[in-house]
Amino acid sequence: MRALILAGTLILGGAFTAQAEDAAKLRQDMMGTVGAATGMSAAMVKGEAPFDARVAVLALRAMNATASGFGHMFPEGSETGHDTEAKDTIWSDRAGFEAAVEKFRTDTAAAIASPPADLDSFKVAFGTVTKNCGACHQVYRVKKN
Amino acid sequence: MRVFLSLLTIIIGGFAVFWLLTQPQTLDASQISSDAGDPIAGRIIFFAGGCASCHATLGQDDATHLGGGLGLKTPFGTFNVPNISPSKSDGIGNWSMIEFANALKRGVSPEGSHYYPSFPYTSYQRMTLKDVADLKAFMDTLQPVASNVADHDLPFPFTVRRGLGLWKQLYLDKRSFVADPNASDKINRGAYLVNSLGHCSECHTPRNLIGGPDDSRFLSGGPNPEGEGRIPNITPHPDGIGSWSETDIAYSLESGFTPDFDSFGGSMAAVQKNMAQLSASDREAIAAYLKSIPALANAE
Repeated sequence: MRALILAGTLILGGAFTAQAEDAAKLRQDMMGTVGAATGMSAAMVKGEAPFDARVAVLALRAMNATASGFGHMFPEGSETGHDTEAKDTIWSDRAGFEAAVEKFRTDTAAAIASPPADLDSFKVAFGTVTKNCGACHQVYRVKKN
Repeated sequence: MRVFLSLLTIIIGGFAVFWLLTQPQTLDASQISSDAGDPIAGRIIFFAGGCASCHATLGQDDATHLGGGLGLKTPFGTFNVPNISPSKSDGIGNWSMIEFANALKRGVSPEGSHYYPSFPYTSYQRMTLKDVADLKAFMDTLQPVASNVADHDLPFPFTVRRGLGLWKQLYLDKRSFVADPNASDKINRGAYLVNSLGHCSECHTPRNLIGGPDDSRFLSGGPNPEGEGRIPNITPHPDGIGSWSETDIAYSLESGFTPDFDSFGGSMAAVQKNMAQLSASDREAIAAYLKSIPALANAE
């Protein structure tokens, strides 16, 4: 619960007041939230943690919250700094990038709207939602360290 | 007059030496079995070899639609990836088995010219001939694609294909994979997949100025050969993936997720989609091998 409030504050605060120099760090933190949500989800999907429908929705909501604010986190001037792995195509192909972020938002929103009640339906939702990870990272991310 | 004749002799002699050193070296016909390859086994080889990542038609999702067209930007110019569908006019539909084998294992075209090492034959040379045959059998079942791919866009002197014969003297040893009798079957399978089909070294081993791999830094990463950013170190060193377990590595190939649930990006996202098509035991073999190789720090 606290994690969700913290994530929400970061995202709202970040989206409305992001300075270029803060944007890179904030968006990395936002993606860290997605990573944590993905990790917990994967643990349930792999049977390493018991399925809990409330945890499943929490994870989807955390992903959706990041997706909802993420497009605002790449102002001009934030192309470098803070070891950012944002590829320049984010700025040169802004429309494509925003479409990718929007797809992540709508996929997670759809899963929240029909919350998975059991592990099997969560596996389906997890599969759909996580296709966005590779699809976006393949085009818009570059390792720099 | 004598000076002129001496110079002429030297020039002609030099050219003759160049011509001999750069001769395409091909497989012997006796090495090619007449048995038909197995297309079902060939499908796995196709994904392990990552053919689709370069050769699949752009802007569509079918990995078996091999119309080419991708432009690979390198320090040597842009390589426009060819059509390798079974099309007889635009692809490789007319190729015989030995021609296909020579392309993969010797980097030589059916017309007898050298391929550029952007086609990773320095890795594929280690394939077994059975895998070559199975791969061809699978690729022969695919859809012929019509496409017109431009020639490579390279500056002189890289336009002189013959010169690649010299590069090959250094970097094409023509050796097939040899199993290590002291290693487990699992590690040997992983070693075969990584060193031949997976061609991981082509990105993950740093290259020198002439584009040759620095094998003393095997899989320790370096600058991205396609220009921007870095390729990670995947040796068991702390600079690499030393903190990852075998299970972590195998799972990352299956899912794209790292142990802290970051997700592969750049070209590795495409590689992972291919790795996901392999069996779990093949991914585990790759993982076991990667845990066994020398741990190397980053170069800088």
